[in-house]
Amino acid sequence: MKEILVISGKGGTGKTTITAALASLYRDIVVADCDVDAPDLHILLKPEITERETFYGGKLAVIERDKCTKCGKCRELCQFDAVSGSYDIDAGSCEGCGVCGWNCPEKAIKMVQKKSGESYISGVRCGTMVHALLDPGEENSGKLVAEVKKKAKALAAGRSSAILLVDGPPGIGCPVIASLGGADTALIVTEPSKSGIHDMERVINVAEHFKVPVKVIINKFDINRVNTGEIEKYLEKRKIEVLGKIPFSEKFDSALKQAKTINEFDPGCAEAKMVEEIKIRMESGSQAR
Amino acid sequence: MKKIAVASGKGGTGKTSVSVMLARALGENHRVGIIDCDVENPNCHLFFGSGIEEKRDIEVFFPDINPEKCVYCGRCQEVCAFNSLIVLKDKVMFFPEMCHPCRGCLLACPAGAVGEGKRKVGELIILKETDGIRLVYGIMNVGEARSIPLIDSVKKESCAGADYIVLDCPPGAACPMVASVKGSDYVILVTEPTPFGLYDLKIAAEAVGKLGIPSGIVINRSGARDHMIEEYAAAAGMPVLLKIPFSRKFAEDYSRGSINTRAFEGLGVRINKMAEGL
Ligand code: SF4
Ligand code: SF4
Ligand code: SF4
Ligand code: SF4
Repeated sequence: MKEILVISGKGGTGKTTITAALASLYRDIVVADCDVDAPDLHILLKPEITERETFYGGKLAVIERDKCTKCGKCRELCQFDAVSGSYDIDAGSCEGCGVCGWNCPEKAIKMVQKKSGESYISGVRCGTMVHALLDPGEENSGKLVAEVKKKAKALAAGRSSAILLVDGPPGIGCPVIASLGGADTALIVTEPSKSGIHDMERVINVAEHFKVPVKVIINKFDINRVNTGEIEKYLEKRKIEVLGKIPFSEKFDSALKQAKTINEFDPGCAEAKMVEEIKIRMESGSQAR
Repeated sequence: MKKIAVASGKGGTGKTSVSVMLARALGENHRVGIIDCDVENPNCHLFFGSGIEEKRDIEVFFPDINPEKCVYCGRCQEVCAFNSLIVLKDKVMFFPEMCHPCRGCLLACPAGAVGEGKRKVGELIILKETDGIRLVYGIMNVGEARSIPLIDSVKKESCAGADYIVLDCPPGAACPMVASVKGSDYVILVTEPTPFGLYDLKIAAEAVGKLGIPSGIVINRSGARDHMIEEYAAAAGMPVLLKIPFSRKFAEDYSRGSINTRAFEGLGVRINKMAEGL
Protein backbone atom coordinates (compact mmCIF):
# COMPACT_ATOMS: atom_id res chain seq x y z
CA MET A 1 0.00 0.00 0.00
CA LYS A 2 1.23 3.45 -0.92
CA GLU A 3 0.27 6.44 1.16
CA ILE A 4 -0.08 9.68 -0.78
CA LEU A 5 -0.46 12.91 1.15
CA VAL A 6 -1.84 15.94 -0.67
CA ILE A 7 -0.66 19.24 0.79
CA SER A 8 -0.20 22.80 -0.40
CA GLY A 9 1.31 25.08 2.24
CA LYS A 10 -0.99 27.87 1.14
CA GLY A 11 -4.72 27.29 1.39
CA GLY A 12 -7.11 27.67 -1.50
CA THR A 13 -4.89 26.18 -4.19
CA GLY A 14 -7.45 23.45 -4.95
CA LYS A 15 -5.97 20.70 -2.80
CA THR A 16 -9.29 19.27 -1.64
CA THR A 17 -10.94 19.55 -5.06
CA ILE A 18 -8.10 17.56 -6.61
CA THR A 19 -7.93 14.99 -3.79
CA ALA A 20 -11.66 14.32 -4.13
CA ALA A 21 -11.40 14.05 -7.91
CA LEU A 22 -8.58 11.52 -7.61
CA ALA A 23 -10.50 9.56 -4.98
CA SER A 24 -13.61 9.42 -7.19
CA LEU A 25 -11.65 7.46 -9.78
CA TYR A 26 -11.47 4.48 -7.41
CA ARG A 27 -14.07 1.98 -6.25
CA ASP A 28 -12.68 0.76 -2.98
CA ILE A 29 -10.16 3.28 -1.72
CA VAL A 30 -9.50 4.61 1.76
CA VAL A 31 -9.34 8.40 1.91
CA ALA A 32 -8.47 10.42 4.97
CA ASP A 33 -9.05 14.10 5.69
CA CYS A 34 -6.25 15.33 7.92
CA ASP A 35 -7.33 18.97 7.79
CA VAL A 36 -9.03 18.49 11.13
CA ASP A 37 -9.72 22.09 12.11
CA ALA A 38 -11.34 23.13 8.82
CA PRO A 39 -12.12 19.91 6.95
CA ASP A 40 -13.75 20.25 3.54
CA LEU A 41 -13.41 16.87 1.85
CA HIS A 42 -16.76 15.72 3.27
CA ILE A 43 -18.54 18.41 1.27
CA LEU A 44 -17.62 16.64 -1.97
CA LEU A 45 -17.59 13.05 -0.76
CA LYS A 46 -20.70 13.18 1.46
CA PRO A 47 -19.64 10.57 4.02
CA GLU A 48 -22.18 8.51 5.92
CA ILE A 49 -20.75 8.06 9.37
CA THR A 50 -20.61 4.48 10.60
CA GLU A 51 -18.32 4.91 13.61
CA ARG A 52 -17.47 7.89 15.78
CA GLU A 53 -15.01 8.30 18.61
CA THR A 54 -14.46 11.14 21.05
CA PHE A 55 -11.00 12.64 20.89
CA TYR A 56 -9.23 13.58 24.10
CA GLY A 57 -6.43 15.85 23.02
CA GLY A 58 -4.67 16.65 26.21
CA LYS A 59 -5.15 17.61 29.80
CA LEU A 60 -6.53 20.67 31.45
CA ALA A 61 -5.79 22.02 34.93
CA VAL A 62 -8.74 22.54 37.26
CA ILE A 63 -8.42 24.38 40.59
CA GLU A 64 -10.46 23.07 43.48
CA ARG A 65 -11.78 26.24 45.09
CA ASP A 66 -12.14 24.92 48.63
CA LYS A 67 -8.51 23.80 48.82
CA CYS A 68 -6.89 26.82 47.14
CA THR A 69 -5.32 29.45 49.44
CA LYS A 70 -4.60 31.86 46.58
CA CYS A 71 -0.87 31.64 47.27
CA GLY A 72 -0.04 32.58 43.69
CA LYS A 73 2.42 29.76 42.99
CA CYS A 74 0.52 28.38 39.97
CA ARG A 75 0.21 31.81 38.39
CA GLU A 76 3.91 32.44 38.85
CA LEU A 77 5.00 29.12 37.33
CA CYS A 78 2.60 28.81 34.41
CA GLN A 79 4.53 29.63 31.23
CA PHE A 80 1.37 30.06 29.19
CA ASP A 81 -0.50 32.79 31.12
CA ALA A 82 -3.34 30.38 31.69
CA VAL A 83 -4.05 31.30 35.33
CA SER A 84 -6.01 34.52 35.81
CA GLY A 85 -5.74 36.97 38.70
CA SER A 86 -8.84 35.46 40.22
CA TYR A 87 -7.32 31.96 39.91
CA ASP A 88 -9.43 30.74 37.06
CA ILE A 89 -7.78 28.56 34.46
CA ASP A 90 -8.33 29.73 30.91
CA ALA A 91 -9.05 26.47 29.09
CA GLY A 92 -7.98 28.04 25.81
CA SER A 93 -4.49 28.89 27.05
CA CYS A 94 -3.77 25.90 29.31
CA GLU A 95 -1.41 23.51 27.56
CA GLY A 96 -1.90 20.79 30.14
CA CYS A 97 1.74 20.65 31.17
CA GLY A 98 0.79 19.90 34.77
CA VAL A 99 3.50 22.12 36.28
CA CYS A 100 0.98 24.06 38.37
CA GLY A 101 -0.44 20.78 39.66
CA TRP A 102 2.64 19.19 41.15
CA ASN A 103 3.90 22.52 42.50
CA CYS A 104 0.71 23.56 44.29
CA PRO A 105 1.46 23.44 48.03
CA GLU A 106 -2.18 22.64 48.80
CA LYS A 107 -2.58 19.94 46.14
CA ALA A 108 -5.56 21.96 44.97
CA ILE A 109 -5.06 21.38 41.24
CA LYS A 110 -6.38 18.38 39.36
CA MET A 111 -5.50 17.51 35.80
CA VAL A 112 -8.53 16.35 33.81
CA GLN A 113 -8.87 14.90 30.31
CA LYS A 114 -10.05 17.46 27.83
CA LYS A 115 -12.42 16.48 25.04
CA SER A 116 -11.28 18.39 22.00
CA GLY A 117 -12.92 16.76 19.01
CA GLU A 118 -14.25 13.67 17.34
CA SER A 119 -13.01 11.26 14.70
CA TYR A 120 -15.15 9.31 12.24
CA ILE A 121 -15.12 6.35 9.92
CA SER A 122 -17.62 6.71 7.08
CA GLY A 123 -18.82 5.13 3.90
CA VAL A 124 -18.34 7.17 0.72
CA ARG A 125 -19.12 6.55 -2.98
CA CYS A 126 -15.53 5.53 -3.69
CA GLY A 127 -14.87 3.46 -0.57
CA THR A 128 -14.21 4.45 3.02
CA MET A 129 -13.32 7.79 4.52
CA VAL A 130 -11.63 8.54 7.83
CA HIS A 131 -12.07 12.09 9.06
CA ALA A 132 -12.31 14.20 12.18
CA LEU A 133 -13.37 17.52 13.55
CA LEU A 134 -11.39 19.43 16.13
CA ASP A 135 -13.54 21.56 18.41
CA PRO A 136 -13.16 25.21 17.37
CA GLY A 137 -10.16 26.87 18.96
CA GLU A 138 -8.67 23.66 20.35
CA GLU A 139 -5.06 22.55 20.23
CA ASN A 140 -3.44 19.18 19.69
CA SER A 141 -4.52 19.00 16.08
CA GLY A 142 -1.32 17.02 15.39
CA LYS A 143 -2.45 14.31 17.75
CA LEU A 144 -5.87 14.10 16.11
CA VAL A 145 -4.21 13.91 12.70
CA ALA A 146 -2.08 11.02 13.94
CA GLU A 147 -5.22 9.25 15.12
CA VAL A 148 -6.98 9.72 11.77
CA LYS A 149 -3.93 8.37 9.97
CA LYS A 150 -3.64 5.36 12.23
CA LYS A 151 -7.24 4.37 11.55
CA ALA A 152 -6.95 5.01 7.83
CA LYS A 153 -3.83 2.88 7.60
CA ALA A 154 -5.41 -0.02 9.42
CA LEU A 155 -8.40 0.10 7.07
CA ALA A 156 -6.31 0.50 3.93
CA ALA A 157 -4.18 -2.52 4.79
CA GLY A 158 -7.07 -4.83 3.90
CA ARG A 159 -8.16 -3.13 0.69
CA SER A 160 -7.84 -3.93 -2.95
CA SER A 161 -6.71 -0.46 -4.01
CA ALA A 162 -3.01 0.08 -3.63
CA ILE A 163 -3.37 3.70 -2.54
CA LEU A 164 -4.23 5.48 0.67
CA LEU A 165 -5.10 9.04 -0.25
CA VAL A 166 -4.78 11.72 2.42
CA ASP A 167 -6.00 15.31 2.19
CA GLY A 168 -3.53 17.23 4.32
CA PRO A 169 -3.78 20.42 6.36
CA PRO A 170 -2.45 23.85 5.31
CA GLY A 171 0.71 25.38 6.73
CA ILE A 172 3.94 23.72 7.83
CA GLY A 173 3.32 23.24 11.56
CA CYS A 174 2.31 20.38 13.82
CA PRO A 175 -0.66 18.99 11.85
CA VAL A 176 1.43 18.93 8.65
CA ILE A 177 4.33 17.25 10.40
CA ALA A 178 1.93 14.67 11.84
CA SER A 179 0.47 14.10 8.35
CA LEU A 180 3.90 13.52 6.85
CA GLY A 181 4.66 10.70 9.30
CA GLY A 182 4.76 7.49 7.26
CA ALA A 183 3.68 9.07 3.95
CA ASP A 184 5.30 7.63 0.82
CA THR A 185 4.76 10.69 -1.35
CA ALA A 186 3.85 14.29 -0.62
CA LEU A 187 1.79 15.54 -3.55
CA ILE A 188 1.94 19.31 -3.43
CA VAL A 189 -0.77 21.33 -5.12
CA THR A 190 0.44 24.83 -5.90
CA GLU A 191 -0.73 27.78 -7.96
CA PRO A 192 1.42 30.23 -9.91
CA SER A 193 0.99 33.21 -7.60
CA LYS A 194 3.84 34.82 -5.71
CA SER A 195 2.44 33.55 -2.43
CA GLY A 196 1.66 30.12 -3.87
CA ILE A 197 5.29 29.73 -4.93
CA HIS A 198 6.64 31.05 -1.62
CA ASP A 199 4.49 28.61 0.34
CA MET A 200 5.25 25.71 -2.01
CA GLU A 201 8.98 26.15 -1.42
CA ARG A 202 8.44 26.07 2.32
CA VAL A 203 6.25 22.99 2.29
CA ILE A 204 8.72 21.18 -0.02
CA ASN A 205 11.43 21.94 2.52
CA VAL A 206 9.32 20.54 5.34
CA ALA A 207 8.54 17.35 3.39
CA GLU A 208 12.18 16.86 2.52
CA HIS A 209 13.19 17.62 6.11
CA PHE A 210 11.11 14.63 7.14
CA LYS A 211 12.45 12.63 4.17
CA VAL A 212 9.18 12.31 2.26
CA PRO A 213 9.63 12.45 -1.54
CA VAL A 214 7.76 15.29 -3.26
CA LYS A 215 5.75 15.62 -6.48
CA VAL A 216 3.87 18.68 -7.65
CA ILE A 217 0.62 19.58 -9.39
CA ILE A 218 0.36 23.13 -10.73
CA ASN A 219 -3.25 24.21 -10.50
CA LYS A 220 -4.70 27.24 -12.32
CA PHE A 221 -1.44 27.25 -14.28
CA ASP A 222 -2.79 29.66 -16.90
CA ILE A 223 -3.49 32.44 -14.36
CA ASN A 224 0.16 33.41 -14.73
CA ARG A 225 2.19 31.52 -17.30
CA VAL A 226 5.41 33.37 -16.46
CA ASN A 227 5.20 32.20 -12.87
CA THR A 228 4.27 28.69 -14.02
CA GLY A 229 7.44 28.66 -16.09
CA GLU A 230 9.40 29.72 -13.04
CA ILE A 231 7.87 26.98 -10.92
CA GLU A 232 8.81 24.40 -13.54
CA LYS A 233 12.38 25.66 -13.71
CA TYR A 234 12.65 25.66 -9.95
CA LEU A 235 11.31 22.11 -9.68
CA GLU A 236 13.61 20.89 -12.40
CA LYS A 237 16.56 22.24 -10.46
CA ARG A 238 15.40 20.39 -7.37
CA LYS A 239 14.68 17.28 -9.43
CA ILE A 240 11.01 17.26 -8.50
CA GLU A 241 8.51 15.79 -10.93
CA VAL A 242 5.48 17.80 -12.10
CA LEU A 243 2.61 15.30 -12.18
CA GLY A 244 0.30 17.59 -14.06
CA LYS A 245 -0.89 21.11 -14.84
CA ILE A 246 -4.54 22.02 -14.56
CA PRO A 247 -6.01 25.21 -16.06
CA PHE A 248 -8.23 27.67 -14.28
CA SER A 249 -11.74 26.46 -15.10
CA GLU A 250 -15.26 27.37 -14.05
CA LYS A 251 -16.09 23.67 -14.44
CA PHE A 252 -14.70 22.82 -11.01
CA ASP A 253 -17.03 25.35 -9.49
CA SER A 254 -20.03 24.04 -11.39
CA ALA A 255 -19.20 20.52 -10.18
CA LEU A 256 -18.82 21.71 -6.59
CA LYS A 257 -22.26 23.33 -6.81
CA GLN A 258 -23.68 19.83 -7.28
CA ALA A 259 -21.34 18.35 -4.66
CA LYS A 260 -19.65 16.30 -7.37
CA THR A 261 -16.03 15.91 -8.34
CA ILE A 262 -15.02 17.00 -11.80
CA ASN A 263 -14.76 13.36 -12.91
CA GLU A 264 -18.29 12.62 -11.78
CA PHE A 265 -19.67 15.88 -13.15
CA ASP A 266 -18.32 15.58 -16.68
CA PRO A 267 -16.08 12.52 -17.09
CA GLY A 268 -15.38 13.31 -20.70
CA CYS A 269 -14.10 16.86 -20.24
CA ALA A 270 -10.49 17.87 -20.66
CA GLU A 271 -10.06 18.68 -16.96
CA ALA A 272 -11.33 15.23 -15.92
CA LYS A 273 -8.91 13.59 -18.36
CA MET A 274 -6.07 15.54 -16.77
CA VAL A 275 -7.01 14.21 -13.36
CA GLU A 276 -7.01 10.68 -14.79
CA GLU A 277 -3.54 11.20 -16.19
CA ILE A 278 -2.34 12.47 -12.84
CA LYS A 279 -3.78 9.36 -11.20
CA ILE A 280 -1.83 7.12 -13.56
CA ARG A 281 1.43 8.97 -12.96
CA MET A 282 0.79 9.05 -9.24
CA GLU A 283 0.33 5.26 -9.13
CA SER A 284 3.20 4.34 -11.39
CA GLY A 285 5.54 6.39 -9.25
CA SER A 286 7.62 6.87 -12.37
CA GLN A 287 10.42 9.30 -11.94
CA ALA A 288 10.23 11.70 -14.87
CA ARG A 289 13.96 12.20 -14.75
CA MET B 1 -5.01 52.02 19.18
CA LYS B 2 -7.51 49.69 17.53
CA LYS B 3 -6.69 46.14 16.62
CA ILE B 4 -8.49 44.51 13.71
CA ALA B 5 -7.86 40.83 13.04
CA VAL B 6 -8.43 39.40 9.57
CA ALA B 7 -9.08 35.67 9.69
CA SER B 8 -10.79 32.88 7.78
CA GLY B 9 -11.46 29.23 8.37
CA LYS B 10 -10.57 28.20 4.88
CA GLY B 11 -7.18 29.09 3.47
CA GLY B 12 -6.82 30.98 0.23
CA THR B 13 -9.99 33.03 0.59
CA GLY B 14 -8.12 36.31 0.26
CA LYS B 15 -7.23 37.10 3.87
CA THR B 16 -3.92 38.60 2.94
CA SER B 17 -5.41 40.72 0.14
CA VAL B 18 -8.06 42.07 2.51
CA SER B 19 -5.45 42.78 5.21
CA VAL B 20 -3.25 44.68 2.79
CA MET B 21 -6.15 46.60 1.23
CA LEU B 22 -7.54 47.48 4.64
CA ALA B 23 -4.16 48.66 5.90
CA ARG B 24 -3.67 50.80 2.79
CA ALA B 25 -7.13 52.31 3.12
CA LEU B 26 -6.56 53.11 6.79
CA GLY B 27 -3.06 54.31 5.95
CA GLU B 28 -4.43 57.22 3.96
CA ASN B 29 -5.41 59.02 7.16
CA HIS B 30 -3.77 57.06 9.97
CA ARG B 31 -0.58 55.40 11.04
CA VAL B 32 -1.03 51.68 10.57
CA GLY B 33 0.84 48.55 11.54
CA ILE B 34 0.28 45.20 9.87
CA ILE B 35 1.21 42.16 11.91
CA ASP B 36 1.40 39.00 9.84
CA CYS B 37 0.58 36.25 12.33
CA ASP B 38 0.65 33.53 9.69
CA VAL B 39 4.18 32.59 10.73
CA GLU B 40 4.01 29.22 8.96
CA ASN B 41 3.45 30.87 5.61
CA PRO B 42 3.72 34.65 5.88
CA ASN B 43 2.65 36.36 2.65
CA CYS B 44 1.94 40.03 3.42
CA HIS B 45 5.55 41.07 2.79
CA LEU B 46 5.27 39.83 -0.80
CA PHE B 47 3.07 42.86 -1.45
CA PHE B 48 5.50 45.38 0.02
CA GLY B 49 8.65 46.46 -1.70
CA SER B 50 10.23 48.09 1.32
CA GLY B 51 13.51 46.90 2.79
CA ILE B 52 14.10 45.26 6.14
CA GLU B 53 14.52 47.60 9.08
CA GLU B 54 15.13 45.03 11.76
CA LYS B 55 15.51 41.29 12.04
CA ARG B 56 15.92 39.22 15.16
CA ASP B 57 15.77 35.64 16.31
CA ILE B 58 12.75 34.23 18.09
CA GLU B 59 13.86 31.81 20.77
CA VAL B 60 12.20 29.48 23.22
CA PHE B 61 13.39 27.70 26.34
CA PHE B 62 14.86 24.23 26.07
CA PRO B 63 16.38 22.03 28.79
CA ASP B 64 20.13 22.32 28.40
CA ILE B 65 21.18 19.26 30.37
CA ASN B 66 24.61 19.21 31.94
CA PRO B 67 25.96 15.63 31.82
CA GLU B 68 28.43 16.42 34.61
CA LYS B 69 25.62 17.13 37.05
CA CYS B 70 22.93 14.72 35.84
CA VAL B 71 22.40 11.63 37.98
CA TYR B 72 19.99 9.99 35.51
CA CYS B 73 17.26 9.72 38.09
CA GLY B 74 14.48 10.07 35.50
CA ARG B 75 12.54 12.74 37.36
CA CYS B 76 12.49 15.12 34.37
CA GLN B 77 10.99 12.45 32.13
CA GLU B 78 8.36 11.74 34.77
CA VAL B 79 7.10 15.34 34.95
CA CYS B 80 7.30 16.05 31.22
CA ALA B 81 3.71 15.87 29.99
CA PHE B 82 4.74 15.91 26.33
CA ASN B 83 7.14 12.95 26.16
CA SER B 84 9.96 15.17 25.02
CA LEU B 85 12.55 13.71 27.41
CA ILE B 86 13.75 10.13 27.67
CA VAL B 87 16.27 9.30 30.37
CA LEU B 88 18.58 6.39 29.59
CA LYS B 89 21.30 4.84 31.76
CA ASP B 90 23.90 7.39 30.81
CA LYS B 91 22.11 9.81 28.53
CA VAL B 92 19.09 12.10 28.42
CA MET B 93 17.48 12.37 25.00
CA PHE B 94 15.54 15.53 24.14
CA PHE B 95 12.98 15.81 21.32
CA PRO B 96 12.61 19.52 20.61
CA GLU B 97 9.57 19.22 18.33
CA MET B 98 7.52 17.74 21.19
CA CYS B 99 8.49 20.30 23.84
CA HIS B 100 5.95 22.91 24.97
CA PRO B 101 8.45 24.94 26.92
CA CYS B 102 6.81 24.58 30.34
CA ARG B 103 10.07 24.45 32.35
CA GLY B 104 8.74 21.53 34.37
CA CYS B 105 11.98 19.61 33.93
CA LEU B 106 14.02 22.56 35.17
CA LEU B 107 11.86 22.88 38.28
CA ALA B 108 11.88 19.15 38.94
CA CYS B 109 15.53 18.23 38.54
CA PRO B 110 16.96 17.41 41.99
CA ALA B 111 20.56 17.75 40.80
CA GLY B 112 20.38 21.20 39.21
CA ALA B 113 21.41 19.59 35.92
CA VAL B 114 18.82 21.31 33.74
CA GLY B 115 20.12 24.61 32.47
CA GLU B 116 18.31 27.50 30.82
CA GLY B 117 18.83 26.76 27.12
CA LYS B 118 17.63 28.96 24.27
CA ARG B 119 16.64 27.48 20.94
CA LYS B 120 15.91 29.47 17.80
CA VAL B 121 12.50 28.64 16.31
CA GLY B 122 12.25 31.40 13.74
CA GLU B 123 12.80 35.06 12.97
CA LEU B 124 10.93 38.28 13.50
CA ILE B 125 11.23 40.82 10.71
CA ILE B 126 10.17 44.45 10.61
CA LEU B 127 10.00 46.25 7.28
CA LYS B 128 10.76 49.94 6.83
CA GLU B 129 7.69 52.10 7.04
CA THR B 130 6.14 52.97 3.66
CA ASP B 131 3.09 55.17 3.09
CA GLY B 132 2.41 55.23 6.81
CA ILE B 133 2.37 51.43 7.06
CA ARG B 134 4.75 49.32 9.09
CA LEU B 135 4.83 45.57 8.54
CA VAL B 136 5.93 43.08 11.18
CA TYR B 137 6.07 39.39 10.41
CA GLY B 138 7.48 36.20 11.78
CA ILE B 139 8.79 33.22 9.92
CA MET B 140 8.89 29.81 11.54
CA ASN B 141 11.83 27.51 10.93
CA VAL B 142 11.11 24.52 8.74
CA GLY B 143 10.59 21.44 10.90
CA GLU B 144 9.22 23.32 13.91
CA ALA B 145 5.78 22.18 15.05
CA ARG B 146 4.55 24.94 17.33
CA SER B 147 3.79 28.35 15.92
CA ILE B 148 2.35 29.85 19.12
CA PRO B 149 5.64 31.25 20.51
CA LEU B 150 6.25 33.02 17.20
CA ILE B 151 2.72 34.39 17.07
CA ASP B 152 3.12 35.72 20.62
CA SER B 153 6.42 37.36 19.66
CA VAL B 154 5.13 39.19 16.59
CA LYS B 155 2.03 40.29 18.47
CA LYS B 156 4.17 41.81 21.23
CA GLU B 157 5.88 44.05 18.68
CA SER B 158 4.15 47.25 19.64
CA CYS B 159 4.11 49.21 16.36
CA ALA B 160 4.50 52.28 18.59
CA GLY B 161 2.36 55.22 17.60
CA ALA B 162 0.09 53.26 15.30
CA ASP B 163 -3.60 54.20 15.32
CA TYR B 164 -4.61 50.86 13.84
CA ILE B 165 -3.10 47.41 13.88
CA VAL B 166 -4.23 44.95 11.24
CA LEU B 167 -3.47 41.32 12.10
CA ASP B 168 -3.34 38.84 9.22
CA CYS B 169 -4.14 35.55 10.97
CA PRO B 170 -3.31 31.95 10.04
CA PRO B 171 -6.08 29.91 8.39
CA GLY B 172 -8.16 27.34 10.22
CA ALA B 173 -9.86 27.49 13.56
CA ALA B 174 -7.34 25.77 15.81
CA CYS B 175 -4.97 27.20 18.40
CA PRO B 176 -2.78 29.29 16.02
CA MET B 177 -5.82 31.17 14.73
CA VAL B 178 -7.19 31.71 18.23
CA ALA B 179 -3.81 32.87 19.57
CA SER B 180 -3.63 35.42 16.74
CA VAL B 181 -7.16 36.77 17.08
CA LYS B 182 -7.13 36.98 20.89
CA GLY B 183 -7.00 40.54 22.23
CA SER B 184 -8.24 42.25 19.08
CA ASP B 185 -11.16 44.67 19.02
CA TYR B 186 -12.80 43.35 15.89
CA VAL B 187 -12.47 40.31 13.66
CA ILE B 188 -13.08 40.34 9.93
CA LEU B 189 -13.80 36.85 8.60
CA VAL B 190 -13.02 36.55 4.91
CA THR B 191 -14.91 33.89 3.02
CA GLU B 192 -16.03 32.91 -0.46
CA PRO B 193 -19.52 31.90 -1.60
CA THR B 194 -18.79 28.18 -2.04
CA PRO B 195 -19.81 25.25 0.17
CA PHE B 196 -16.16 25.05 1.35
CA GLY B 197 -16.15 28.74 2.23
CA LEU B 198 -19.44 28.56 4.11
CA TYR B 199 -18.55 25.46 6.12
CA ASP B 200 -15.19 26.83 7.23
CA LEU B 201 -16.71 30.24 7.96
CA LYS B 202 -19.09 28.65 10.45
CA ILE B 203 -16.24 26.91 12.28
CA ALA B 204 -14.14 30.06 12.37
CA ALA B 205 -17.09 32.15 13.57
CA GLU B 206 -17.65 29.66 16.38
CA ALA B 207 -14.01 29.92 17.49
CA VAL B 208 -14.20 33.74 17.42
CA GLY B 209 -17.57 33.69 19.17
CA LYS B 210 -16.04 31.74 22.07
CA LEU B 211 -13.63 34.65 22.57
CA GLY B 212 -16.49 37.14 22.64
CA ILE B 213 -15.00 39.46 20.01
CA PRO B 214 -17.42 41.19 17.60
CA SER B 215 -16.99 40.13 14.00
CA GLY B 216 -18.16 40.77 10.47
CA ILE B 217 -17.84 39.08 7.10
CA VAL B 218 -16.14 39.97 3.84
CA ILE B 219 -17.31 37.96 0.83
CA ASN B 220 -14.49 37.55 -1.63
CA ARG B 221 -15.03 36.34 -5.21
CA SER B 222 -18.59 37.46 -4.73
CA GLY B 223 -21.15 36.60 -7.36
CA ALA B 224 -24.41 34.79 -8.01
CA ARG B 225 -24.21 32.62 -4.91
CA ASP B 226 -23.62 35.25 -2.22
CA HIS B 227 -26.98 34.36 -0.69
CA MET B 228 -25.37 31.23 0.83
CA ILE B 229 -23.18 33.42 2.98
CA GLU B 230 -25.76 36.17 3.46
CA GLU B 231 -28.33 33.76 4.85
CA TYR B 232 -25.83 32.43 7.35
CA ALA B 233 -24.68 35.95 8.26
CA ALA B 234 -28.25 37.08 8.90
CA ALA B 235 -28.99 34.05 11.07
CA ALA B 236 -25.76 34.50 13.03
CA GLY B 237 -26.32 38.25 13.39
CA MET B 238 -23.05 39.09 11.67
CA PRO B 239 -22.88 42.02 9.23
CA VAL B 240 -21.59 41.55 5.69
CA LEU B 241 -19.04 44.37 5.56
CA LEU B 242 -17.92 44.16 1.99
CA LYS B 243 -18.19 42.13 -1.18
CA ILE B 244 -15.28 41.85 -3.56
CA PRO B 245 -16.46 40.69 -6.98
CA PHE B 246 -14.75 37.78 -8.62
CA SER B 247 -12.32 38.94 -11.26
CA ARG B 248 -9.75 37.06 -13.22
CA LYS B 249 -7.82 40.32 -13.51
CA PHE B 250 -7.59 40.58 -9.72
CA ALA B 251 -6.30 36.99 -9.52
CA GLU B 252 -3.71 37.74 -12.19
CA ASP B 253 -2.55 40.91 -10.42
CA TYR B 254 -2.36 39.02 -7.15
CA SER B 255 -0.29 36.29 -8.76
CA ARG B 256 2.30 38.94 -9.62
CA GLY B 257 2.39 40.27 -6.06
CA SER B 258 0.22 43.28 -6.66
CA ILE B 259 -3.09 44.16 -5.12
CA ASN B 260 -4.80 46.85 -7.09
CA THR B 261 -7.95 48.21 -5.55
CA ARG B 262 -8.22 50.69 -8.39
CA ALA B 263 -8.87 47.84 -10.78
CA PHE B 264 -12.42 47.84 -9.48
CA GLU B 265 -14.95 50.53 -9.75
CA GLY B 266 -15.39 51.89 -6.26
CA LEU B 267 -13.69 49.07 -4.31
CA GLY B 268 -11.14 51.44 -2.76
CA VAL B 269 -13.92 53.77 -1.66
CA ARG B 270 -15.91 50.92 -0.16
CA ILE B 271 -12.91 49.60 1.75
CA ASN B 272 -12.30 53.07 3.15
CA LYS B 273 -15.91 53.23 4.23
CA MET B 274 -15.68 49.83 5.85
CA ALA B 275 -12.45 50.78 7.63
CA GLU B 276 -13.91 53.98 9.02
CA GLY B 277 -17.04 52.12 10.10
CA LEU B 278 -15.26 49.55 12.26
S1 SF4 C 1 -0.73 27.08 43.73
FE1 SF4 C 1 -2.49 25.99 44.55
S2 SF4 C 1 -2.99 27.04 46.42
FE2 SF4 C 1 -1.63 28.38 45.30
S3 SF4 C 1 -2.99 29.69 44.16
FE3 SF4 C 1 -2.53 28.01 42.82
S4 SF4 C 1 -4.14 26.53 43.19
FE4 SF4 C 1 -4.23 27.98 44.85
S1 SF4 D 1 -1.28 22.84 33.37
FE1 SF4 D 1 0.46 24.07 32.69
S2 SF4 D 1 -0.45 25.44 31.20
FE2 SF4 D 1 -2.14 24.61 32.36
S3 SF4 D 1 -2.46 26.11 33.95
FE3 SF4 D 1 -1.09 24.56 34.77
S4 SF4 D 1 0.94 25.39 34.41
FE4 SF4 D 1 -0.46 26.53 33.12
S1 SF4 E 1 15.94 15.12 36.55
FE1 SF4 E 1 17.93 16.05 36.35
S2 SF4 E 1 19.30 14.55 37.20
FE2 SF4 E 1 17.41 13.49 36.87
S3 SF4 E 1 17.65 12.60 34.84
FE3 SF4 E 1 16.67 14.57 34.54
S4 SF4 E 1 18.35 15.98 34.19
FE4 SF4 E 1 19.23 14.16 35.04
S1 SF4 F 1 10.21 22.21 29.14
FE1 SF4 F 1 8.42 20.98 29.65
S2 SF4 F 1 7.90 19.98 27.73
FE2 SF4 F 1 9.95 20.76 27.50
S3 SF4 F 1 11.24 19.07 28.06
FE3 SF4 F 1 10.95 20.26 29.91
S4 SF4 F 1 9.21 19.33 30.91
FE4 SF4 F 1 9.20 18.57 28.82
